[in-house]
Amino acid sequence: MIKFLQNLGKNTRTGFTKLGRGTFFLLQTISGIPSVLPRIRLLLNQMYSIGVLSFLIITISGLFVGMVLGFQGYHVLSDFGAEETLGIMVAASLVRELGPVVTALLFAGRAGSALTAEIGLMKATEQLSGMEMMAVDPIKRIISPRFLAGFLSMPLLAALFSAVGIIGGQLIGCALLGVDEGVYWSQMQANLDFRDDIVNGVIKSIVFGFVTSWIALFEGYDTIPTSEGVSRATTRTVVNSAFSILGLDFILTAIMFGDN
Amino acid sequence: MQHTSTQDTLVGLFVASGIVGLFFLALQVSNLSSFSEHDSYTVTARFENSGGLKVKSSVSSAGVKIGQVTAISFDPKTYESVVKMSIDKQYSTLPDDTTASVYTAGLLGEQYVNLDAGGSDEYLKDGGKIDVTNSAIILEKALGQFLFKSAAEEKK
Repeated sequence: MIKFLQNLGKNTRTGFTKLGRGTFFLLQTISGIPSVLPRIRLLLNQMYSIGVLSFLIITISGLFVGMVLGFQGYHVLSDFGAEETLGIMVAASLVRELGPVVTALLFAGRAGSALTAEIGLMKATEQLSGMEMMAVDPIKRIISPRFLAGFLSMPLLAALFSAVGIIGGQLIGCALLGVDEGVYWSQMQANLDFRDDIVNGVIKSIVFGFVTSWIALFEGYDTIPTSEGVSRATTRTVVNSAFSILGLDFILTAIMFGDN
Repeated sequence: MQHTSTQDTLVGLFVASGIVGLFFLALQVSNLSSFSEHDSYTVTARFENSGGLKVKSSVSSAGVKIGQVTAISFDPKTYESVVKMSIDKQYSTLPDDTTASVYTAGLLGEQYVNLDAGGSDEYLKDGGKIDVTNSAIILEKALGQFLFKSAAEEKK
């Protein structure tokens, strides 16, 4: 019993110290961002490996998710004779929920895990300490450009995901199942609001980009410098990102769409 | 690592396609292009019953959308529904004896406000009131009346 209480206390303490280190790390990273701007090449390199290399998985997943929504939506809506509203269903579910959330989950799996492994290995092979010895701040040189690149790439990827998904839904709904193309688009335009739907979706993706990059970089930076430590940190990145994305999505949805 | 200039091109393409995606969502998917609230004026109408009318329901005249409903409230003194509508500035020549009615698009579609122009020389102004209104037709009420009437006819 005493042991259980001891364990509980210890876990709480380590959890809180980790949270504290994480917040401190985030503040350092953000204060390092201004020094990235003069060296834009660092940012571009990271935009390439985080954004451009995620491009393909995001667009292909978006297309398939849109096509599945087209099939499933048509199936349910045709029971009520409301196939014309397929456009609203596909676009609203993509722009409000699936776009930001699925993109963030894929992003955590594709880019987040890579970031953690890269930085964890840098720490394990003492490249980060080496940099400090050469009076180069590893936060400014390594972490901040990656953070900024993740933070900037995420909304762009989510917008692409939604746009491609809507086209995928049209492909299935209009070309295959025979919903009228004009109705698909006009119903969508009449019922989706720019501020309520699109801007809120973009806000969601910005928040997710922020949180996923933070978790990935911090887990890498905070890793135990062994090969096992790096592998654990990579797993934790994906698990913690998924939890925070879904949890935050619930909170954001409750704030944005809860009142009507 | 690829040659830096190809890498730059790819990053540029990525950012451009992301922005194109956002523009696509803003202009093609949402109602941003069709209606803006800046160039509009507000009129109010009182209905005995506004039915299933909602904020953002469309306001149309002769079948063309000219504005949208911005607020619906209940007046506890007259027991009426007060509907505020904002109408596009370019349609500022509606006569002040215009009739407002709540119609349904199709049998089960959304409800909207239809404005039938009257014959007056005076135009509706910002903050103006529409005096002549027709309430929404409640399907259950109409069906009930119809059944009652046909039952009465059978008795004769």
